[in-house]
Amino acid sequence: MRRRPGLIADYRQDVAIFRTNVQRFWFVIALVAVVLLGLGVTLPIIPGFVSFGLKGDLLIIGITAMFAAVGAIGLNLVTGYAGQVSLGHAFFIGVGAFTAAALGGAPKLVGSGDLIAHQLDMAIWLPAAGLVAAALGLIVSPIAFRLKGLYLAFVTIGLLFVGGLIFREWTSLTGGVGLGREAAVPRLFGWQIDQNGEVLGVFLSGDQRLFLFAFVVLLAMAFAAKNLARSKIGRAWSAVRDRDIAAEMMGINLSRYKAIAFVISSFYAGVAGALLYTVVGRLEPGVFSDAPGFVLSVRFVAMILIGGVATISGSIMGAFFISFLPRIVKWMAGFAIFGFISESPAGGFVTLSQFEAILFGLLIVGFLIFEPLGLYGIWLRVRNYWKAWPFSY
Amino acid sequence: MTQLLQALVNGLALAAVYALIALGFVIIYKSMQVLSFAQPGLLLIGAYWVTYFATTWGMPFWLALVVAVILSALLGVVIERGFLRPMVGKPIFAVAIMTIGIDLVIRIITLDLVGVDVLPTGAPWGLKVVEFGGLNIAHRQIAAVITAVALVALLLAFFKYSRFGLAMRATAFDQEVALSQGVNVSAVFATSWAIGAVLAMAAGIFLGPGGAFDRSMAVSALKALPVIVVGGLDSIAGALAGALIIAMAEMLAATYQPQYAEFLGKNFSQVVPYLVMFVVLLVKPYGLFGTKEVERV
Repeated sequence: MRRRPGLIADYRQDVAIFRTNVQRFWFVIALVAVVLLGLGVTLPIIPGFVSFGLKGDLLIIGITAMFAAVGAIGLNLVTGYAGQVSLGHAFFIGVGAFTAAALGGAPKLVGSGDLIAHQLDMAIWLPAAGLVAAALGLIVSPIAFRLKGLYLAFVTIGLLFVGGLIFREWTSLTGGVGLGREAAVPRLFGWQIDQNGEVLGVFLSGDQRLFLFAFVVLLAMAFAAKNLARSKIGRAWSAVRDRDIAAEMMGINLSRYKAIAFVISSFYAGVAGALLYTVVGRLEPGVFSDAPGFVLSVRFVAMILIGGVATISGSIMGAFFISFLPRIVKWMAGFAIFGFISESPAGGFVTLSQFEAILFGLLIVGFLIFEPLGLYGIWLRVRNYWKAWPFSY
Repeated sequence: MTQLLQALVNGLALAAVYALIALGFVIIYKSMQVLSFAQPGLLLIGAYWVTYFATTWGMPFWLALVVAVILSALLGVVIERGFLRPMVGKPIFAVAIMTIGIDLVIRIITLDLVGVDVLPTGAPWGLKVVEFGGLNIAHRQIAAVITAVALVALLLAFFKYSRFGLAMRATAFDQEVALSQGVNVSAVFATSWAIGAVLAMAAGIFLGPGGAFDRSMAVSALKALPVIVVGGLDSIAGALAGALIIAMAEMLAATYQPQYAEFLGKNFSQVVPYLVMFVVLLVKPYGLFGTKEVERV
């Protein structure tokens, strides 16, 4: 029985974080591999031939991917687990980013007045960013209780436009459209994470330190989400998603659990937003509002669709896939058959960023048609193929 | 008084454009229960085709219009056959997200062709303006209202009197029953997408001032979302009423908000459609004219 991952014999096994020892083994391997990559070790994949190390821009993309994964997990909680479609995730990301910047950023003069900037420690601004976003999620949730399906999607899109107006007009918070402001400084208990320095006797660059920090944050948030999903709340969410009226008949308080879903999802989005922009260093209100905000929301939706709806590991895979997509496209452009992609904005049929956007659209379409379970589904198929190999079942 | 009338006239012209976009959404939604987020892309590429044939190829405007109508309708059918047919029966949300993907692809390709310039559509109305009792009415606005009224009348007549229109209504009512009565449901799906694409194209021609169009217009197509929500997703009458309500509210806010409520910010009128949508949804969760879903466990 132990050797058959598809067979679930009891409830304890069904809700276990890791169902088999094999999963535990690979989790530890992945854990060690990521930490080694963060320490700047080049890992041999096929010794002597193929190796993989995170250097320069790859490291930066890795950090963004991890923070994006936190946001994707948040969206998956509300949309994947609780079934409440949200296209307004970018708004909560923006709220988190600006809250963090206001509490932990440096003041800089814009136009007429000062920016709100308190230069506090990360121990304060990180939870605060999550909590402010969560509070706004709580305000939105009564509407979510009244509506469902597409109507809810519309309201969350409306949130982007209304929020966008506030972001644009509140210049002492956001710095204004086109100008923006500097993001929060990642300083935890007086310890500047993104600067070169020693950690436990090992010398690390600022990016490496941020990478390892991001990994710790992601692990904590992912385990919290996983535990939440297998608790009473998670079971209630699944019931609401599968049939809300039936769930209500069984005594699940719909408004309460929908509100919890929105609040927790917004908290994750706020934390993700706060951290994402510490990597870039700058943030600008236009990104979170109107059509660009819609595209940002769709990016997160794509992460959970491509990764796998209602799976935590899927959210992480999807976030990595979408974050590394520009880099993959750049690598593809090096091959002759993709000669129509131009690296300069002027020449060629399409530029890199346009090709990436097209590919992004096609990926959403392709995954929905061919593999609705996402990367997680592909993984399941691969695993099931090898499980009984050389027999087909 | 003149100010109010001018706002109402502008609102009416905007309502005509919104009504065209919203009808496209509603017709597709009624036939397939699919919310097409591809409308902004279809709007852009339709307007681009008119521009391309009228100015680059030097066709007469009306001929360019005919070619663009045919191409838009074809594109609509291709999208339906290629992408939405495999999705029949999948969750509504998954299909909606898929149309976002389609929209991204169309939009990026079109924007690449359009570039950053403002292109003339070659429309005969251009920037010309009629003055009437102190009001400035652009020829474009008159043309938009006439076109919208004509197209809506045509569509309503088509649904009410033609055999195929009846088939479309039957499909909207219940796909499986229609199928069992011998209605060609797949032709209905294709036709509804063709109509939706052509309506988006028609709106695209009137959206830009001065008979021109540029890349920022796709955002305006998203503003048709509050229109259909206020009216109710599955109601044609609702789409028309929603267009009027939203456009009037937006134009009145654009006229009076800078005078009386300046503290609300510079582009407040842009978010008025969404605020109206919030209020309507809080009172009537299925819009003003939408069918309330009766659910069973």
